Amino acid sequence: MKSFLNKQAPYVFIAPTLILLALFSLVPILVALVISFTDMDLGGLANFENIKFIGFTNYVEVLADPVFLKAIFNTLFYVIIGVPLVVLCSLTIALLINLGTSRIFKAFRVVYYLPSVTNIVAVAVVWSYLYNPSIGLFNYLLNLVGLPDVPWLTEPTTAKLSLILLALWKSIGLNMIIFIAALQGIPKSYYEAAQLDGANVWQQVTQITVPMLRFAIFFVSITTMIGWLQFFEEPFVMTNGGPLDGTLSVALFIYQNGFKFNNFGYAAAGSFVLFVCIIAITLVQLKMQKNESDMT
Amino acid sequence: MSSTTATKNGKERRGSSFQWISGIVLAIGGIFFLLPFFWMILSSFKPENEIASVPPTLWPETWTLHNFKYLFQNMNFDVYLVNTLIVVAFSFVGLFLNAVAGFGFAKYDFKGRNVLFVLVLATMMIPSQVTMIPVYLILNSLGLTNTMIGIVLPGLVGAFAIFLFRQFMSTIPTELLEATRLDGASEYRIFLQIVLPISKPIIAVQAILTFIAGWNSFLWPLIIANDEKLYTLSVGLSLLKGQYAGNYGLQMAGAAFMVVPVIILFTYFQKHIIENFSISGMK
Repeated sequence: MKSFLNKQAPYVFIAPTLILLALFSLVPILVALVISFTDMDLGGLANFENIKFIGFTNYVEVLADPVFLKAIFNTLFYVIIGVPLVVLCSLTIALLINLGTSRIFKAFRVVYYLPSVTNIVAVAVVWSYLYNPSIGLFNYLLNLVGLPDVPWLTEPTTAKLSLILLALWKSIGLNMIIFIAALQGIPKSYYEAAQLDGANVWQQVTQITVPMLRFAIFFVSITTMIGWLQFFEEPFVMTNGGPLDGTLSVALFIYQNGFKFNNFGYAAAGSFVLFVCIIAITLVQLKMQKNESDMT
Repeated sequence: MSSTTATKNGKERRGSSFQWISGIVLAIGGIFFLLPFFWMILSSFKPENEIASVPPTLWPETWTLHNFKYLFQNMNFDVYLVNTLIVVAFSFVGLFLNAVAGFGFAKYDFKGRNVLFVLVLATMMIPSQVTMIPVYLILNSLGLTNTMIGIVLPGLVGAFAIFLFRQFMSTIPTELLEATRLDGASEYRIFLQIVLPISKPIIAVQAILTFIAGWNSFLWPLIIANDEKLYTLSVGLSLLKGQYAGNYGLQMAGAAFMVVPVIILFTYFQKHIIENFSISGMK
């Protein structure tokens, strides 16, 4: 027995993790696919016999649901504004930190990273106060310099932008670290050669740094885009999708239909629509990246 | 000769002026980044009337611990704290399982290894919204909703951690393991007595990230726990945010209680974490 166990050691090592991953990541995909073709709801949860197979009805209905379409519109809004902002800001901060040699610049890494490790509910508490229309700090500061109040979370489009600002604050840190890591991988000799040729800092950044960071920029863009397509926590804890579904994202739509209205089948269909979109966009980006690297 | 020194000085001066500009830009941005934290921590020590005062003031005029006392005496934050620590403790079991699996993938050549590893990595691409409902249904059919096991089990292991462990452990020399094997040690002893001690740096980093993730865990406990006895700190805080929407002092105290430990821990260990990301993040 003992020598048998020893021989099977690699399988013993990986088995617990694989079982857990299969049970909670791989099997659920199949389950989601199956229930998306049924009318499963709270009644079905109590007794499986109450579940009926209804084919593509959920998909047809969800794609015609004005609330779902609004959620798709909002999600695209988040992606189109959020992704470039995150990439640009984290790249700029990484470049600035990397230019510095003094010790203070190491402290900046921590400052900009801190929001990334903090709890979303705690963040929501503070930002709800900052965005508060009557006693909030932001409106007070705006009034101080003579600007009118901004309806941070009470007007649909402004609310979307407010959530983007909060998410930007929270997500710059991690991406900045990825950029700093990539920056440190660029050989110093390239810059020395450029300096000998008389290139200034701006030329060095645009001619050497940014081209050398192409892979990192691609990596951050793709992960950020996938992240924004699944945008969930900020609207969930800050606005719960309001006002007038103005901040509702596809992920929040799925959550609400699943766990608030208990329409499991309908929510599962919505989640598969999101899944297919994410895969499609990822594949397109990978293909674009491949074509580009073929050319160079 | 003199001309080269002149250009060198000029270059240095230009370099340092760039440093100054970027330093100032970063400092201004940094103030904006830290402002919510300062506001949260200082507000948590203010009495209610000071928080709602217009114009808002940063520094408390009278310091009070009333908000924190209220959380623990009237809001069950002691129960939530214990639950959160239980979740954290379980997540360390998960950390051990990830390390074991990472070793299995790094140092053994067995049938199906590559296929299984790709499968592990593939789980990273699955959006949580797709698995959320099925996982709930699976746990429900196992009778595990509204239990601590149900809260911790789905997030116990993770592909990214397995990947990082595998990366690190594949750098351990195979000769070292062979030598121990020749001395008659079993594979399990090799793991516990050779591999684990060598892997201390990666374990330390993963332990901090695991702690932070467990401490912050919010959505899944919220879905699975109906009983207030099982709430974690963040679920309790979101409850507080709903019930005491106007009482910012209480909310800020709850938020500060959740965030300050993480800030201290992270600031203390940040060098290791950031370096680990730098090494493994881009490979």
